Amino acid sequence: MNLMMLLEMAAGAFGDRVAFQNGDGRLTYQELFEASGVLAASLSDGRIKHLAMLDESTLALPIALFGASWAGVPFAPLNYRLTDGELDSLIGQLHPGRLITDAARAKRFGDRFVSPDGADYIDVHSREALLESVRADGAERRDPNWSMEPEDTAILLFTSGTTGAPKAAVLRQKHLVSYVLGTVEFMSADEKDASLNCVPPYHIAGMAAIVSSVYSGRRVVQLANFTAESWLDTARAQEITHAFVVPTMLARIIDALEDRTEAGIPSLRALSYGGGKMPQAVIEKAMRLFPDCDFTNAYGLTETSSTISLLGPEAHREAMSSRDDVIRRRLVSVGQPLPTIEVSIRDAEDGSTLPAGEAGLIFVRGEQVSGEYRGQGSLLDDEGWFNTRDGGHLDEGGYLFLAGRVDDVIVRGGENMSPGEIEDVLLAHASVSDAAVVGIPDEQWGEAVAAVVVLEEGAVSSVGELQQWVKDRLRSSRTPQRIEFWDELPYNETGKLLRRKVREAFRESD
Amino acid sequence: MPTFKAGARLKSAVCNSELMLIVAPSQDVKLTCGGAEVIELGGDPPADAAIDPEQKQGTQMGKRYTNESGDIEILCTKPGEGGLAVDGVALAVKGAKPLPSSD
Repeated sequence: MNLMMLLEMAAGAFGDRVAFQNGDGRLTYQELFEASGVLAASLSDGRIKHLAMLDESTLALPIALFGASWAGVPFAPLNYRLTDGELDSLIGQLHPGRLITDAARAKRFGDRFVSPDGADYIDVHSREALLESVRADGAERRDPNWSMEPEDTAILLFTSGTTGAPKAAVLRQKHLVSYVLGTVEFMSADEKDASLNCVPPYHIAGMAAIVSSVYSGRRVVQLANFTAESWLDTARAQEITHAFVVPTMLARIIDALEDRTEAGIPSLRALSYGGGKMPQAVIEKAMRLFPDCDFTNAYGLTETSSTISLLGPEAHREAMSSRDDVIRRRLVSVGQPLPTIEVSIRDAEDGSTLPAGEAGLIFVRGEQVSGEYRGQGSLLDDEGWFNTRDGGHLDEGGYLFLAGRVDDVIVRGGENMSPGEIEDVLLAHASVSDAAVVGIPDEQWGEAVAAVVVLEEGAVSSVGELQQWVKDRLRSSRTPQRIEFWDELPYNETGKLLRRKVREAFRESD
Repeated sequence: MPTFKAGARLKSAVCNSELMLIVAPSQDVKLTCGGAEVIELGGDPPADAAIDPEQKQGTQMGKRYTNESGDIEILCTKPGEGGLAVDGVALAVKGAKPLPSSD
């Protein structure tokens, strides 16, 4: 199995369609196939063992992904928001190899990045030179003879590290090909379909968007630097039909739409979202603003090759219009597992399988589940189950509800509590616009509850008032012992709350 | 007989069908397309191979084919006019409810 086979099918069946577009630049499926072959030839010198890319989304991105698969070397998209020091330590794990980056960054590295121990090096090429070379007349292309070994590593993705140092998740060809074959119908996209991709390449959703679109035959319009205005302008100009956003992006798009007087995006038929917790108010507002649009909530992890559970358009509409609380609540669920994925909720203490309605740890199993980190091996158990370390429960209808990372659970005097539950109560207060709850060290209880609150513009509140608010609604153990007011909370660029930073701030202020 | 290993690329000896094994059978089976045993993608079909007129159900690009027990699964990577069968039993298209696009 190889991602290249999927691209070969696409190029064979609809080679003239535009595959990727960035500003005025375009690549058809056939051009993408040929360009990948040229890059693959240059990677096939036997020495190169990794292809790293430190760049935003450009036409070079799909060429690099597929070219690496063609040549049989892992592709590692890197987070360009990291500091130089952090990046150097990641790149140092990827030698011998090649690094593609934009001309400005390439200058910092020179021609070569020498590994910290000096033992090996990585050639540095600029993205601009790559795009030129793959289009040159008579460029040598590798024969279409890529390995079909399912165990070959396709992508190394450094996980975002909201809790600790980044680790490289290993996604093998079999995981990604299974994901695509299990979730996407070949050539299912209409020729006029266009999807707007604004997720960075180093995020699993960014990688999944590329391989899924190629198999469906959809035109992908890349938008590297998200702002609500650029997203709306591009969506209108390119007659975008499909888009994926993270919750913070959707919130900003809604704000911008409400500020503008003009109509929405007539071409938009489907909007999917994921990557972080979607506030109920935001999704409800979005559904009212785009009444004809199909909304899909996708839940997945890097280690599961993207989406494992979906709340589809019908479930969204049903939940939105229902008077039944059980069904209405599903709007904040992540829907039902994919037909190719099994989910089991297990007790955190004894590992027993829990019935519907009871919260525990979410375990998943399926062909697309990797659960492997470089240097640590597979974390799957003997029966193939992967512990996501996300907490949650299933309702009677099999809808999955998330309750946050188990690593974020606060243990106060032997009692486990989920920050999300306390955050939801704080958020329900009229003066509160955002809230983060963490555990802080406490001599008496082991851990104590602490909260950071962002107030609505112009609103006034006090620690005492908010403590009373929580006390009136939850067990008294859940009342935050400390509350601080901040101007904003620390999020990463895909909308994930960085609790680590909140915890650090409390530790430093002690 | 070609090697049956997940990821193996095969083709029909009697039509344009090209295939990839998604799930390889655990034991030796006779996989046919258009009535003739399939061959490796790079292989040459036997000179006397001819399509069985009874087995022209056709293969569709991007469709997955499987048997009742699910111990074999094949992706059609290029369409042709022959139908797929394992030990004489025709394979069926793996029906999947289309999922909404999530990325």
